[in-house]
Amino acid sequence: MIQDIDIKDLKRITDLVYAKHGYDFRNYAMSSFKRRMLRILEVWGLNIESLLNKLADSTIFIDDFLDEMTVNVTEMFRDPGFWRLLREEIIPGVMLNNKQFKIWHAGCSSGEEVISMNIMLHEMGVKENVKIFATDLDKSILDRARSATYSLKNMETNEKNYVRFQGKTALKDYYTEENGRAVMKKDLLSNVVFQKHDLVLGEAFAKFDLVLCRNVMIYFNQALQNEVLKKFHGSLNKYGYLAIGAKESMIWCDYANRFIVVNQEERIFKKIRD
Amino acid sequence: MTRYSLHNGFKAVVIGGSAGSFQGIIKILSQLPADFPLPIIMALHRLKHVRHGFVEALSIKSKLKIAEPDDKESIKRGSVYLAPANYHMSVELGNYFSLSTEMMLNNSRPAIDITLSSAAYAYKTKLIGILLSGANKDGGLGMKSIHDRGGVTIVQTPAECMIDTMPKAALSLTKIDYTLGIDQIIDFLKELYHQYK
Ligand SMILES: C[S@@+](CC[C@H](N)C(=O)[O-])C[C@H]1O[C@@H](n2cnc3c(N)ncnc32)[C@H](O)[C@@H]1O
Repeated sequence: MIQDIDIKDLKRITDLVYAKHGYDFRNYAMSSFKRRMLRILEVWGLNIESLLNKLADSTIFIDDFLDEMTVNVTEMFRDPGFWRLLREEIIPGVMLNNKQFKIWHAGCSSGEEVISMNIMLHEMGVKENVKIFATDLDKSILDRARSATYSLKNMETNEKNYVRFQGKTALKDYYTEENGRAVMKKDLLSNVVFQKHDLVLGEAFAKFDLVLCRNVMIYFNQALQNEVLKKFHGSLNKYGYLAIGAKESMIWCDYANRFIVVNQEERIFKKIRD
Repeated sequence: MTRYSLHNGFKAVVIGGSAGSFQGIIKILSQLPADFPLPIIMALHRLKHVRHGFVEALSIKSKLKIAEPDDKESIKRGSVYLAPANYHMSVELGNYFSLSTEMMLNNSRPAIDITLSSAAYAYKTKLIGILLSGANKDGGLGMKSIHDRGGVTIVQTPAECMIDTMPKAALSLTKIDYTLGIDQIIDFLKELYHQYK
């Protein structure tokens, strides 16, 4: 088993992936990126040279590479207090301005966050007024998100979070069990468009009233976080909300002063200046 | 007078602990002076969904300020850092933290191995690693990375541990420089403190 990778070799990988495939991991946080590369080498039984060869040759392999390289761990109603705040303050706040509104889940992974949003909006009776865009870099994970099918083991955590969120019923009411898997009710995704989108090289593509980008920018270094925050700023209507992960910060970003803190504990911000 | 080979060139102390380590950590923190010269970085196993209360519990008797860092927060001397619930915490080159939600390692998030190994990589010979009581083998490989990169390794005396699986795993995986009880660990850190006076 390979214990460590040289920074030089990591750079060879990111340079090649950028030049040949058009994905830019050059400004990803180093420790987690290195661990992902070590994992890829181990799982696929490769060394640095054979990985580089594979990446240089194959255009099919890159999708598998992206899927392994990204961290897709997620939960429904992760940080229940955050979801309670959305329900009690943020969504009502958005609706003061617009009855119809748009939400962007940036880095939606396998869709648990989107499902949570729609369960909440449904319980608030406003789901039909909302359009949701859910994007991720990882094509395979988007397919999983579209299928809205989850392991029963994960549903235990999700259920516990839902109880702490103090939802109206039981999470069980939103899925059926088929072949040992939890299949979410189809209409839970009726207002959702899943789309591949790269936060690093992609452009802003619409204006939203609420953007969630939770536990995605922790994989970026500060320089890249700074650039991506500008894109979120450009993707928000004035007085729109931005939610980042519970342990993320953007105070050092150039655009931080174009936002005000709505809730520091749950890391929710509001755009106040163009 | 010194029993340990110490100097004032260290950059950080990193501590891993799990089941049975809480009282020991409280005791260590209660004995350290407010101007302790190094950052103390702690990865302790904890409940995934309980975000609050741990820092407060650890702070009661500590003169040092304890905090769960934000992602990319810089690491400062005189602060004690605790890996937040449900995140792995790494040290990056450039002396700051990064957090991640990668899959659990050794059934744990935060995993001690991740904090220790990344700190070993960032601080090399200038790191002191301390592994306390615990019920699984998390931290063993992290201690190995610290040793392999020339840092100092300490485990809590297994006989003193409520559960000794963790220090024993480290002892079997790598060379441990000192096997010490909690009181001796406190002496060690006090001696370290005097190196900087
Ligand atoms: C840990 S998941 C976050 C899931 C969810 N938001 C949550 O907080 O539970 C991070 C996701 O970010 C995606 N991601 C990483 N880099 C990206 C990029 N450049 N553009 C878009 N998505 C990216 C990954 O594919 C992964 O699915």
